[in-house]
Amino acid sequence: MSELENINPNVYKRSEDRKSTEDDENDDVADPFDEREIFDLIRNINDPEHPLTLEELHVLEQSLITVDNEKNFVKVLFTPTIPHCSMATLIGLSIRVKLLRALPPRFKVSVEINPGTHASENAVNKQLADKERVAAALENTHLIEVINQCIAVPIK
Amino acid sequence: MGKLTLVQCLTGHRGRVWGAGWHPRDPVLATCGEDKTIRIWADDGTGRWVPKTVLSDGHTRTIRDVAWSPCGRFLASASFDATVAIWDRRSGEFECNATLEGHENEVKSVAWSRSGSLLATCSRDKSVWIWEVAQEDEYECAAVLNTHSQDVKKVEWHPHEDVLASASYDNTIQLYREDLADSDWSSFDTLASHDSTVWSIAFDASGRRLASCSDDQTVRIWQEYKPGNEFGVACPDGKTPVWKCVCTLSGFHSRAVYDISWCKQTGLIATACGDDMVRIFREVAGSPANEPTFELVASKHAHTQDANTVEWSPAGLLVTTSDDGDVKLWKFEEDE
Repeated sequence: MSELENINPNVYKRSEDRKSTEDDENDDVADPFDEREIFDLIRNINDPEHPLTLEELHVLEQSLITVDNEKNFVKVLFTPTIPHCSMATLIGLSIRVKLLRALPPRFKVSVEINPGTHASENAVNKQLADKERVAAALENTHLIEVINQCIAVPIK
Repeated sequence: MGKLTLVQCLTGHRGRVWGAGWHPRDPVLATCGEDKTIRIWADDGTGRWVPKTVLSDGHTRTIRDVAWSPCGRFLASASFDATVAIWDRRSGEFECNATLEGHENEVKSVAWSRSGSLLATCSRDKSVWIWEVAQEDEYECAAVLNTHSQDVKKVEWHPHEDVLASASYDNTIQLYREDLADSDWSSFDTLASHDSTVWSIAFDASGRRLASCSDDQTVRIWQEYKPGNEFGVACPDGKTPVWKCVCTLSGFHSRAVYDISWCKQTGLIATACGDDMVRIFREVAGSPANEPTFELVASKHAHTQDANTVEWSPAGLLVTTSDDGDVKLWKFEEDE
């Protein structure tokens, strides 16, 4: 990458790890998906430009995630770091792919730009919601490689 | 209300099933999907559907759509690999004997004209191509239509005339015909009123009406008005018909509507929706031609994931395909 689009992004503190409770180990207790669990699945996705996670850049926040476990519905709003971010579609795709792989197929996943935070949010949202175009994009070997790098969890 | 009953679930595809096409006469069905295969299924004579053949060497990427020629001898398949393959079984086995190339990227839909002498394809590259069936295994490009401003999702021919309809990500439907003076194809009407991607379109038996379904969760019914029509709808040049939206079905679908099929025998409209449901609509008897009313007569949680295609067979069976990998056959019965 030659030039960074957003040279000096704000960096925020990571949230604490979720504390596991006794119920987590108990198979008799139903454990429906909640906002925190979805957030944990995607917060460590890497930004395509910076060696930082989407959480650290406040691209993702738990408060912008909606989950209805019973209705099989997950909605994620993400906030591009700048309103003209050309990476917005790639970031949205990475979130989609991560959730596609991690969640059971019963879930309908919507990934949209946090309203008012991107110059072409409607165009990006429409593209991300078009499952046919997403499917075609994911057959692109170069693109899937880039996405895989974004969602890969670094070895600690 | 009516009743939609499952006849059989056909399993075999791996991953999402995108398309299905009924043979025009025989009890034969072709399906296609993400696994890059075309599967041919047939009724074994007892009403049980069995797998016949798997065509797996025609395309290198997802197969999005399949369509049988009206004579039933050819099968066309449209793929994300930017090609369309034409299959036949002259040798006894299905073989790909022609490949149509020219689109810049993913081909989304393929359709044969009523006579079988024309083939239409459309693509992510925003264009619609019309191919003339020249001789055996030879197809010549007769037109490249660039009217749409975005990804073209579906092409569908008029049931009686050489009129083509296409639906797009640009929210519109275009209608094309050939100017016989100079044999140039061009769009003669733009049908705009959907608020998002138009995924699919279907003509009724008369060809005077068109149904469309969209990402905006509605179905719209369009009607043709010919020059000099008794309703006083003006036609631009006094020669070209105009199409108007005469009915919007809203509030029935809770997600994008991916496909629509208008039964040529019964007049029933079926839809496939991203909420996993299949729905059947019927025109209310005696509703006025210019403001028709359609009622929901059946709805079924047909699949465990998005329903992608729905198509009525000539014999009145309904096929649905889904992201869940299943192909399902249904029978609809009206309650009296």
